[in-house]
Amino acid sequence: MEVVMAFVIGFLFMAAVYLILSKSILRIIIGTSLLSHGAHLLILTMGGLDGEAPPVLADGVTNMADPLPQALILTAIVISFGVTAFFLVLAYRAYQELGTDNMDEIRGKLSDD
Amino acid sequence: MKMNNVILKTTVQVSFFIIFLFSIHIFLAGHFAPGGGFVGGLLTASALVLLLLTYDIKTVQKLLPINYMMMTAVGLALALGTASISVFFGDAFFKHYFSHFEIPLLGNTELHTAMLFDSGVYLVVVGVTMIIIQSIGGDE
Amino acid sequence: MINFLLLPILIPFATAIILMFAPKKITFQRTVSMIGLIAATVASFTLIQRVHTLGIQVVTFGNWPEPFGITIVADMMATILVTTSIVIALFTVWYSFRSIGIEREQFFYYPGVLLMITGVNGAFLTGDIFNLFVFFEVLLMASYLLSVIGGEKKQLKESIKYILVNVVSSALFVITVALLYSVVGTLNMADISVKIAEIGQPGIITTIGVLFLIVFGLKAAIFPLFFWLPSSYAAPPIPVIALFGALLTKVGVYAITRTYTLFFVHDIAFTHTLLLVLSCLTILAGCIGALSTFNVKNIIIYNVVIAVGVILFGVAQMNEEGLMGAMFYITHDMLIKAALFFLVGIIVVITGTANLKKMGGLIKTFPVLGWTYLIAAFGLAGIPPLSGFIGKMLIVKGGLEAGNIWSSLWILLSSLVVLLSVIRIFIYAFWGEEKTIVPLAERKSYKALLIPSVLLVAITVFYGVGAEWITPYMQDAVDVLIDPSVYTDAVLKE
Repeated sequence: MEVVMAFVIGFLFMAAVYLILSKSILRIIIGTSLLSHGAHLLILTMGGLDGEAPPVLADGVTNMADPLPQALILTAIVISFGVTAFFLVLAYRAYQELGTDNMDEIRGKLSDD
Repeated sequence: MKMNNVILKTTVQVSFFIIFLFSIHIFLAGHFAPGGGFVGGLLTASALVLLLLTYDIKTVQKLLPINYMMMTAVGLALALGTASISVFFGDAFFKHYFSHFEIPLLGNTELHTAMLFDSGVYLVVVGVTMIIIQSIGGDE
Repeated sequence: MINFLLLPILIPFATAIILMFAPKKITFQRTVSMIGLIAATVASFTLIQRVHTLGIQVVTFGNWPEPFGITIVADMMATILVTTSIVIALFTVWYSFRSIGIEREQFFYYPGVLLMITGVNGAFLTGDIFNLFVFFEVLLMASYLLSVIGGEKKQLKESIKYILVNVVSSALFVITVALLYSVVGTLNMADISVKIAEIGQPGIITTIGVLFLIVFGLKAAIFPLFFWLPSSYAAPPIPVIALFGALLTKVGVYAITRTYTLFFVHDIAFTHTLLLVLSCLTILAGCIGALSTFNVKNIIIYNVVIAVGVILFGVAQMNEEGLMGAMFYITHDMLIKAALFFLVGIIVVITGTANLKKMGGLIKTFPVLGWTYLIAAFGLAGIPPLSGFIGKMLIVKGGLEAGNIWSSLWILLSSLVVLLSVIRIFIYAFWGEEKTIVPLAERKSYKALLIPSVLLVAITVFYGVGAEWITPYMQDAVDVLIDPSVYTDAVLKE
């Protein structure tokens, strides 16, 4: 199971890197959300996939999943939700103001003025 | 965007309430089962977004004159306030308290301060989501 | 009061919430944020005294036993940094009254500043590695808001890149925490330190250590990860730059210092040598940048990069002198950078340009500004008895003690470059022939801006002259950094 997860995570990271390196802002944002999905899956895998029952105290259950990675993932999902939403709003505003979504055209240069 | 979609309007009038009630159910279920303020808040927000899609922002604002910024602030204050209760009892920050109460109609119910905290989260999630949606969808 | 150490986090947060109720009332916004920050300042100074007399303060949320709950730990290093950042926020808010503009004030500027302070203080005080990530996100979200507020074209352009860099580094942070969790099975920083000491830092932990260096290095702008900093910091208005330059990189530096003195202390020959090399290269990059530009803002911004290198050089020594110097220098640098940005901001206001070549002869009309700037510039370069001297001296002493002679000389040499880069502003802007100045009617705010700036410079002067009185507190901070068991014993109560 860990091997399958490793491949899934690796694929997500690969796709994310490809998208983040592209020029359109929208693709970049999708890339960052894929990146965070990969990171969340990694937490799940790293916490161990051996628990079978949900981490709730119940009678007769001994093989419980580790609750901590799930809590971490939930927190990380909430945060990445917020950041992605903010990023989308910003990209939209920038598109309105600058008239482009091409990263090449919003390249900045330090000037003396 | 003018759109006159009779099917959408008719279905939304019913489905809005179904989604909204379901979101309340999920929110209250969060104490012992999967669910909670975040998921409930997102569901409520999605119901509101459905309304926004069907009617325009002005109509929805007239139907539900809610200041979402205020809603977020109230939610944050509620969450912080709940977390601070324990400070006055000399316990560590964020300590929650619960007890069982006899409530008419509902019978023996467990009341937990985590519920208050969760309602704060619910308000913040609905507020923030709607602010974001409105700030993108607001201009033509 | 076991919860007392939470006040520097809770007061700014509560104030920000109150401010959100009436975003359009400017007088309300100003008074409440000032009251909140003054209360937070009082609380944090009291906290310093408590930590000094009672030792490290610990509280775990929800009365959970350590290491299971989220722990907040106030040791002296964190407390000093918390106090410094609150003081800087106080002065920045004061400075903002006349410089940020009413539009921004009505668009959640003050709540943004206070939320950022909440995140910064939380990041300093937390004793849980995942909670550190959460507070990083809080301060980053607030900084995203502050960097776009006003919505100028330049700001929109730069904040997209700023957010992208930080989103990627946050994802890396989560990945690194996941890897660390899989090895040690805990998130409490004291517990991690104990567990790593038990297994004796095998290769995988060192790898995680380097990953942490990348994550925090992106925030702290160390070589080669500083590329995003100059252009992102140049875009927002001056008070926001002052906050960013004084606080945000320092949070990254703090996180590197914390992890490299608490977790990764068993393979110093590799990890700390890497840190040493990177810090020297950071200084080089910053020096080149600072000399390359004629834009006053960019000169100070590149000096932020140099300072990061100097502080991390002190940390990389891992001996008492080096760490003591790093502690002295980081506090000095936060204060003096904020002051320099304030002064440069005034220069930009009265000349109407940031280009040095278009300025000149200001000393005749604005003598107070000129001499204050000169004191601040000397303080930055570390001329005794001003504030930069003691920190840099201890850092170099630590470097020599550890046998890093050439790199210590490198630090000394860099001081000269720093001096040259900031004196250049003095020579170009204040000497020479008088050039165009913005007419009197448009620079009414001059005095209102000058008062907080002069006061902040005065504080740095006191900090330098009064180093003798501050030393016992710094000693408390260094004791924890030198010996991780002081920290772990206090948290795990063994």
